[in-house]
Amino acid sequence: MWEQIRSNQTRSAVLVAGMGVLLLLIGYLLGMAFFDNAIGGLIIAFIVWGIMSLIAFYQGDSILLGMARARKISHDDNPRLYNIVEEMKIASGLEKVPDIYIIDDPAPNAFAVGRSPDKAAVAITTGLLQKLNRDELQGVIGHEIAHIRNRDVLLMAISGVLLGTIVILAWYATRFMFFGGMARSRRSSSSGGGGQLIILVVAIVLIILAPIMAQLIYFAISRKREYMADASSALYTRYPEGLASALEKIAASTTQLKSANQATAPMYIINPFRKEGRAASNLTSTHPPISERIRILRSMAGASFADYEQVYQKVHGAGKGVIPASALALSHPAGLRAAGAEAVSKEPDRIERTRETSDLMWRLGNYKTITCDCGTKLRVPPNFKEPAVRCPHCGRINPVA
Amino acid sequence: MIAVYVIIGIVVVLIIIFIAIYNRLVGWRNQVKNAWAQIDVQLKRRYDLIPNLMETVKGYMKHERETMEAVTKARNLAQGMASAGAGERGKAEGELSSALARLLAVVENYPDLKANQNFLALQEELTSTENKISFSRQYYNDSVLKYNNQIQMFPSNTVAGMTGFKAGEFFEVTAEEERKAPKVSFS
Repeated sequence: MWEQIRSNQTRSAVLVAGMGVLLLLIGYLLGMAFFDNAIGGLIIAFIVWGIMSLIAFYQGDSILLGMARARKISHDDNPRLYNIVEEMKIASGLEKVPDIYIIDDPAPNAFAVGRSPDKAAVAITTGLLQKLNRDELQGVIGHEIAHIRNRDVLLMAISGVLLGTIVILAWYATRFMFFGGMARSRRSSSSGGGGQLIILVVAIVLIILAPIMAQLIYFAISRKREYMADASSALYTRYPEGLASALEKIAASTTQLKSANQATAPMYIINPFRKEGRAASNLTSTHPPISERIRILRSMAGASFADYEQVYQKVHGAGKGVIPASALALSHPAGLRAAGAEAVSKEPDRIERTRETSDLMWRLGNYKTITCDCGTKLRVPPNFKEPAVRCPHCGRINPVA
Repeated sequence: MIAVYVIIGIVVVLIIIFIAIYNRLVGWRNQVKNAWAQIDVQLKRRYDLIPNLMETVKGYMKHERETMEAVTKARNLAQGMASAGAGERGKAEGELSSALARLLAVVENYPDLKANQNFLALQEELTSTENKISFSRQYYNDSVLKYNNQIQMFPSNTVAGMTGFKAGEFFEVTAEEERKAPKVSFS
């Protein structure tokens, strides 16, 4: 079933094509409005789009991770997280373990980047690491790995670049209208071209509308992929409750992600700018309402795509599916599994996980951690040159190894 | 003359279809093999972790000789079956899984051991390896199901029959430990 997901993205492809048409339209209008010649505008639109695509393709990942201030970790920095990513890589049948990044932010969130499954990365905030138990973290990582596996990341990058180009062109066009356009309309009125003025007005209206339409299309693509990733995560983990409970915890938090902005919002597992009590299935939201995602996950009778599709249709009405038909055709029954040992025994130590995460942040900052005999943890900064340090709590001298 | 061309054309098209189906079958068979290799890696990793675990718990668990011996025995038995087919091997690995689960269950009685950093790290690795085994098994069985479907369905079954593709064997771990999903309440 796995490769079918990729081949059957026709609906998304149509939407992306729609954005392409918008870009052509804006190029054409630019040409007509400023050069009296469609070709000039089209060439400008094409050049801007080309440059942005090249940057996004070769530098996109590092720009996005840099903007989120994410730092790469290895197995020894956080064995639990690393192992879970490896587990999901195996369950999804990916070839390579994606790079793992940590964002030092108390707001719980996660995202995936990478133009191909071989060059992918997942990033997760320290806030999320602290809040989730093993099963929940597995659900979230499964969701992100599904974005990589289903090539949503590439799709979102392509549509993101189209959106960015349209917005930039429209922005400059409206600015130039006021100056250049005014000069032109004087010129054209002196030559007596009444029809030209109408074209100009239509052009202005369309140029203002184009970025809004492009944004709506972008959000529509994003929402569809979120459902698909949820369904895939349930299939990988065979435990939809994990993701459901993780989403619940994420939704309950009120802290906002510092390093997110409107352009990068669709990448995250939940919208970092969500507001309380927002109307369901809003046209302008990048993500489906969390309560609905949780409800679908919790109502699943099994872990297969068919089970997800069944519940989805119950919520949205029959005939409005979300899983591509070819993926459904190859779907086979998949039972649910039991909760992991950690969740059953007891709610694992929140404090323990918080400590683990804060240790990780210090280590990533090249601080040494020495545990004094009295139990105090001493953080030694990387520029500390002395051979020993006195414990401020009990006064023992600890060697800096 | 035209009839000859038509016949040649039909034959060529049939050959092309045959080659395409054959190549697809090979692709699926390779995926099954690859998935099996993934399981193998994780099972070997578990064999390697167990002696370390025994070394760590030895000092703490004085009264659990039997439980510990059962794990070692099951491990050696499973390792001895490493070249057997998926069916037999699944049984031996199931035994090992349940022996390990019993050992990790009695750890609850040894607070000192539960505080040991070395043990905690090992426990994380073991838990994750168990998960990786079941996830790679899951992926393997999905791949086998897909492959077997293709071998049995028309038209690929004719190609498979002519070129000797054999159905894959599922990897089922059938131990009593295989848990039924308990109903967990979330309030």
